[in-house]
Formats: sequence, structure tokens, C-alpha cells
Amino acid sequence: MTAVDTTVREAPVLPVDPFSHESILDPYPMHAQLRSAGPVAWLEKYGCFAVNGFEEVYEVLTDFETYCSSGGLGPKDIRKQTSWRPPSILESDPPTHTVMRRALTGVINPSSVRALRGPFTGPAEDLADAVVARGAIDAVRDLAEVYPLRVFPDAVGIPEEGREHLLPYGNMVFNAFGPENDIHREAFAHGEERSAAIMRNCARQNLSDSGFGARIWERAHEGLITPEQATLLVRALLSAGVDTTVFGIGNTLKVLSERPDAWAALRKNPHLAKFAVDEALRVESPFQKFHRTATVDAVLGGVHIPEGAKLLLFLGAANRDPRRWADGDRFDLERTAAGHVAFGMGLHQCVGQPIARLEIELVLQALLKRVERLEPTGEPVPILHNVLRGFESIPVRLVPATD
Amino acid sequence: MINETLSVTVDRVEKVATDVVSLVLTRPDGAHFPAWQPGSHIDVHIDEGLTRQYSLCSSPSDLSHLRIAVLKVPDSRGGSIAVHERVSEGQRLIISTPRNNFPLTDSRKYLFLAGGIGITPIVPMLEWAESHGRDWRLFYGARDAGRMAFAEQLEQRYGTGRVTLVPEDSHGRVDLESVLGLPRAHMLVYACGPSGMLRAVEDLCMGWPPGVLKTERFVATELGPGSTDQPFEVELARTGTTVTVPADTTILEAVEAVGVRVLSSCRHGLCGTCETGVLAGMPEHRDAVLTDEDREAGQVMMICCSRAAAGCDRLTLDL
Repeated sequence: MTAVDTTVREAPVLPVDPFSHESILDPYPMHAQLRSAGPVAWLEKYGCFAVNGFEEVYEVLTDFETYCSSGGLGPKDIRKQTSWRPPSILESDPPTHTVMRRALTGVINPSSVRALRGPFTGPAEDLADAVVARGAIDAVRDLAEVYPLRVFPDAVGIPEEGREHLLPYGNMVFNAFGPENDIHREAFAHGEERSAAIMRNCARQNLSDSGFGARIWERAHEGLITPEQATLLVRALLSAGVDTTVFGIGNTLKVLSERPDAWAALRKNPHLAKFAVDEALRVESPFQKFHRTATVDAVLGGVHIPEGAKLLLFLGAANRDPRRWADGDRFDLERTAAGHVAFGMGLHQCVGQPIARLEIELVLQALLKRVERLEPTGEPVPILHNVLRGFESIPVRLVPATD
Repeated sequence: MINETLSVTVDRVEKVATDVVSLVLTRPDGAHFPAWQPGSHIDVHIDEGLTRQYSLCSSPSDLSHLRIAVLKVPDSRGGSIAVHERVSEGQRLIISTPRNNFPLTDSRKYLFLAGGIGITPIVPMLEWAESHGRDWRLFYGARDAGRMAFAEQLEQRYGTGRVTLVPEDSHGRVDLESVLGLPRAHMLVYACGPSGMLRAVEDLCMGWPPGVLKTERFVATELGPGSTDQPFEVELARTGTTVTVPADTTILEAVEAVGVRVLSSCRHGLCGTCETGVLAGMPEHRDAVLTDEDREAGQVMMICCSRAAAGCDRLTLDL
């Protein structure tokens, strides 16, 4: 609860549809509508609260006792209605969540991720060579979608067979955090086949001995987690670790293609690449929205939240909230973007964050070395996705550096 | 800021537990000590070239004196033994002004975990948390009840609802699995004690939100000779500049002060965000992130808390 609130209002009721094609293709006018009603509003069409203020989103993310995850990240309360798949670590609360998180943090941490820098660098350099040789490329299809699939499945240790299901499966998982609309239905075409293929790759006997997957299974053999939980954690890596990074790379390149000044500054100071990635993730956050469920009556942003209510968090709006970020719509390489909620915050904060950052940074560094200018050659085409923000296509020309 | 020293009088020497003496220090001119915050420590100059750091366990609201408690560590270089055997009431000592490497961050709830002499920095924290109406619990363990400095006073002052004493000989060890088994929202965990205990706490806190755990190691006893904070130089390989890191400043603060941007988050050696490549020189690792192999290799360091090793007056970093 927000302690400073003295008066409690009912939430303003909004007819806004954040899942309409229009809102999805360009979410920022929709964010402005939400914002003008206050940090917390009631979405008539979906029967849930829309939380867009940075402070309020942060409060919900960090107060995991008042706003639980076991109700699911989608619009249904999966404690009452069954979910389409066994609940993941994202959809669990302590103490169930606690051992799974310990197991995962023991496997993915600064030390284990540092070891990836070597094996991840070569493929980034090779890919950069190939795209620079071509000149005009689609930064999504030729780069953003290619690189994570080249390095991440090996890091987890899954077989070659079945990798084609990774992107469509991620697409299902994340779209299910929104309503069962046309986008959701399309994502779920061939759903059972894809789920089965992914689950097969989570079994110990199908994982290599050296990847993150095998190391998660070690924690099961030590008795920290059950074999079922080990399967779910490997599944979590596979479902959460690909799409988001694809969009992270794409969105970073999209933002930078629009800002030749920033590209030039980065070419001069490549060590600022980390900051550019952070700022790009703030301004074009790949994971835009998901739900939490109130476990008790609460007050948020001065608004009464009844027990059992669903809250839809707008991370992408929070990351541009003008009360938190001066000129928040603008990409600013000088800004300290630390504290943004693109990876969530608190208990469920993305465990794979250092891997995602590493992948995006390596691609960016490889391009900065070779490319003088990154020039848009057409309008980026946003993707129709319930909760992720990304692009189907970002046409650019890579002007090679002569130095 | 230069490491300022103060001349003090040992006003009282008192045995407060098995092998633990408490020293109450006052200023010869009766003046107050500079203000300090819970978690702070002072350097005590024991002998020529022998300096040890001790956490303050008096009250920050009473600046008429400072109090430290010193455990006799038989295998140390003699710092604590010298305090036990040679320091007597009325004696003069040179100390540094209080510095804080273990600050108490404001939070709605706290869980305090103390092992043995690790209770010392926690004592003023409890007072702060209590007087500010925060929700808190303390679990305090040691080998036996006789080794638990301040235990009775803490239990009397705050009650058994808040303070749980766990002498190992009669109650076993603090059941960390159960104490830390259910993460709480808006709760920070402050732990100070032997490295075995801290490792167990770190492992269990991996199931908590990132950054909730704040620890203090017994730097002086674990790092051995010359482990006091000395100034040293850092050469920034990419920028081509050299920065002096004063004794009371971290590398991160020093490089930021000259306008170098470094990604950082917790700034206490817990999250790993500020990891920086070491190109030359030997770091002294004080973080809770690196593995033993990493430490041994010395190729990276967390510049928010780690420093140059004793005898190394220059580090070259990949910045």
C-alpha cells in the first residue's frame, strides 16, 4: 500500500483498449490517454486496473505479498481457472518460487554469464561481417532474429532438433499474458505440437552436459528442487530467453537508426554501448505489460483495489512516465536509465537479464566497429503482439566504416 | 576527504562475553564525536603499523562516547590480542573518524542476522529500526551463551518477540533455511558474522529479490596484513587517465568523480553490475559475487567495493 495516500478514490473508468491493433502498433498515444486519467485506472472492457505510473508499477512489482504472481500474468486468475500449461516460476509465489529462484540464480549469475562472453563474441562478429557485406538488410530478420537463436540454445544445451519451435513457442507464452483475442488465437495455432516439442527439450536426457539446462538439473539431483521444477525452469529459459532478446536487439537498433548523433557518439566511445542498450530498453521496452493479482484490499495511486482484482502493469509506460523521467519519450545517451523496469523489478526480476544485456551489447559492439552509419531505408513495421513491443521488420542500410 | 584521526581516551574496559572486551572511548577535551550512522566503523591504531577496524556498537544519538567490542582472535596478527592484553583504562589511542561501509538503507521491514561478534554493527541498527517504528527481527547465534555479547541487554530492551538468541551448544545453529525460507516484500536482510554463515545466507537469499541482502565481512581478520583502506592509483586504460582512490572512497566513486561512466546498481558488491576488467595490478576482492576461481584469476573486480591488494599501489582497469 502507498502510505502517503490520504484520500482513497474509486478508479477512473476508461474505455481505452490497450489490446486493439491500433494501441499495439503504436502504444504511446494509448499511454498518454491512460496517464491523463491518473496513474491507476479501470479498464471497462477487460475488468482490470491499468497501472501506468512508474511509482505505482514499481510498488506493485516490489510488494509481492499484496500483488501476487500465482494468479498468473494473464487476465485470468489461474488460481481459480486452469491455465493452458503448468504454472511457471513467473506464476508462482514464495515459498514455491523461492527454491526455484535459488536454483536459477545459482546457475545464471555474473560469473556463469561472464563465461559466455567468449563463445558469444565470435558469432556476433561473424554475423556483423555478413550483414555489413550485404549493406542493405532487415535488422530484424537478418540480425535480431538470427543472433539469439545462434548462441542461446547452445548455452542452454538443447538439441538442434526442435529449435524451430523456440520463437513460435515464446510467441505463445507471451501472447497468453493478454486476452484471448485474434492475436492470441493465431499465436496458438499448432500450440500443442510446439509445447510438446519444447517440453521434450527440457528433459535431462535431451540436454547437453555443459549448458544451463544440465546445471539446473544438478540442483534437482542435489534435492533443492523437484524434477518437475527442473523441467519448468528449463522451459522458463527457453520461453523467456529468446523472443525478448530478439526484440531487445531489434528495438535497440531501431532507436539508434533514428539517432545518427548517438551512433556517432558510440563509435567514438564504444564503452558507452551498455548505456545505449539500457536507454533503448527504457524507451522501447520489449516486455510492455503483464498482470498481477491483489491478495488483499489495497490502495494504489490513491485508488481502492479490491482483493482478487487483476492489475495490468504497463512497464513501457512506467519507463516513460514524465514524473520519473524528464523528457521520457526521448532517447538520451547521456541519461542514467538505471532503475527502469524493462526487466521487471524485485522478486521476479528477469534472471536472464545479464545474458540479454550481453547478447544485445555484443551485437551492438560488433556493428559499431564496422558501421559508420546506420541509415533507415523504410518505416519499421511494428509487430502485432499482445504484450511485447517489437518490430517485424526494420529496413536499414549499414554504411561501412573506412577506418 | 583525508582519513582524519582523533586522539581518544579509553574510558572503560569491560569484559562483555567470553574473549570479548568492550572499550568505551571519550575525547580528552570532553568534546563530542562527529556524527555517525549505524553500520559505521573506526580504525584503531594499535601499534606502529598495526591498524584494525572495529564496528561501533554505541548509540549514534549519544556522541559523548564511542564503544567498540573486540573479540580475541588467537590466530590474528595480534591486533585483537594487543587490545585484550595491553589496552587499559585511561590509556590514549589514535582512531580514525567513523566511516560507514555497511550503511542501513531505509526500508519498511528488516531481518537482522548476527553471528558471534558480528552483532556489533547490528546493535545501533536495531536502535534505529526500533525508534523509527520499523518492523524488524533479530536472529543472533554464537557457539554458546557466554560468547554472546550484549545478548541479555538486547533481549531485555526489545523483547523475545523481536530478538531470538540461538546459542549453538543448547539450541543448535540458527535455522537459516527456515528464517530465510519465505521472502518478504519490502524487507532488507542485514547479516554480519563468520564467512560460513554469510555464504549460507547469500545462497538462501538468491531466492529473495535481488539486492535485499547487505553483509559485512570481518575484513580485518580475513584479509590479514595491511588490510586497512589505503589510497592507491587506478589507471584507466581506455581513457588514458590516472585517478587516485583515497582511503575512504571506492574506485567507482573515484572514477565517477572524474566523469567516467560505469554501469552500477547495488554499489555494495552484491549484484555484479559494475564488474570491470583488471589489466594490471592485484585486486583485493570484497564483493559477494565472484567465485573463488574468479578471485584467484584476478582478471575482473567489482569496483564498487573491492580495492587494490596490500602492496599494490596501482591497478590498471579496462575503463
